[in-house]
Amino acid sequence: MYGKGLKPLSIATVVAIAAAFSLVFFYAPLDADQGFIQKIFYLHVPLAITALIGFVVGGVFAVLHLRSNNRKWDAYSYVSIHMSVIFGVAVLITGSIWAKASWGHWWVWDEPTLVSFLIVFLMYATYYPFRYAIEDPERQARYASVFAVTAGAFVPLNFMAVRMAQSLVHPRVFATTNGGLPGSMMFTFLVCLAAVALLWVTLVKLELTAKSTSGQLKRLRRALDAPPTGGGGSRIAPEVS
Amino acid sequence: MSAPETISSPPRLTPSRQAFATILAKDLRAELRTLQSLPAMALFAVTTFVIFRFGLDRTQLSGSLAAGVLWATLLFAALLGVNRLFVAEREEGGFDAIRLAPIDRSVLFAAKATALLAYLVVLELVVVPIFALFFLGSAAALGPLIAVLLLADLGIAATGTLISSMAVHSRARDLLGPLVLLPLIVPLMIAATGASEPLLAAGGPGYHRFGTWLAVLSLYDLIFLLLGYAVFDFLLED
Repeated sequence: MYGKGLKPLSIATVVAIAAAFSLVFFYAPLDADQGFIQKIFYLHVPLAITALIGFVVGGVFAVLHLRSNNRKWDAYSYVSIHMSVIFGVAVLITGSIWAKASWGHWWVWDEPTLVSFLIVFLMYATYYPFRYAIEDPERQARYASVFAVTAGAFVPLNFMAVRMAQSLVHPRVFATTNGGLPGSMMFTFLVCLAAVALLWVTLVKLELTAKSTSGQLKRLRRALDAPPTGGGGSRIAPEVS
Repeated sequence: MSAPETISSPPRLTPSRQAFATILAKDLRAELRTLQSLPAMALFAVTTFVIFRFGLDRTQLSGSLAAGVLWATLLFAALLGVNRLFVAEREEGGFDAIRLAPIDRSVLFAAKATALLAYLVVLELVVVPIFALFFLGSAAALGPLIAVLLLADLGIAATGTLISSMAVHSRARDLLGPLVLLPLIVPLMIAATGASEPLLAAGGPGYHRFGTWLAVLSLYDLIFLLLGYAVFDFLLED
């Protein structure tokens, strides 16, 4: 039932990403300051925005799980956070490349957005060992939801604290992401954001479909009383009916 | 559980204030009799100061270095207390008793957070003067530092209680508590060190952005106290 609409969604994602990359390389003007390397901005920033929204969405699903006690929402929450962590790795890598190219260092502690993102990423990286360490599936789902809600509230708070920690002496040169953009760059950026967000949704849906299919397979096998073959799936991930 | 047929009056909850006082008194009495958390925390903190003295090779600290040493030490000492907070409940069946008792479950959160807060306050009463004795030229900063310490303790108590109550049910509880708690506490550390740094400056206490940092600490405390209160119910269900 999760597979419904996966094909059109995938096609839309492919089209959107193709359109976004053509815009990035053929339409958007070269940045006067940074030249070609600035193009990574069209990948890096949408990835970061999508990952952060994904974390908060995971928290919202967790609230739904706690309120309704329906395990489906726990699976949604898990997959959302899972995808966002993967996107987060990509954000840190693309960010490092960009920082090396434009500031000369792989990592810059003065940039609050970078530091906040790292802390949020570290926070969510503990989601896996946390889930893994709790054996009872019912309790695991409940605790994971509480974690997701807590961490979801932590995201904006952390951004605020880190931003304030920068002494006001440091000028924030690259902070005005949207304000100073010319129209063509802005348009390209928005298309990229939509493409990356679509990619996130597609991957979440794909993961849920895969989980639900393997769950059904497992149940059928159990009904046939056959011994399970293969890996049997991960022990951390919640099962989907 | 099946309820008996002959219930004449609706089940009565024990008043929350009474339940709170009972659980808190139980915890403090147990700590006073066994002394399993506080002496270890204090000893750990003092030893860490000595480690820092040689690690940094300084006999006097001021400014950001002093704030960093103080807060890193207090945080890690607090983790020891956080780890042990629910161990008795888990091992001696206290959770089952709480679940059976006719009380509002959030009371357990409030009582445990208050107990942890009390541990931290006692710890700091012992350890912060020792810190001043070891590293600071004067004790002038200790007065305004009290406000920062109290607000930070409240935040550590709220998040520590929440995480500890979950970690205690896991297989790797001694590992998991600190692992999850440390990133969660980073904003609190930013604000606490930010407020302490000018206070501990070499030329006498300064108050650069002191009020702002206290506001951030209060906001952090408020959010995690409310959050803990709201979600704690779900952690006790079984």
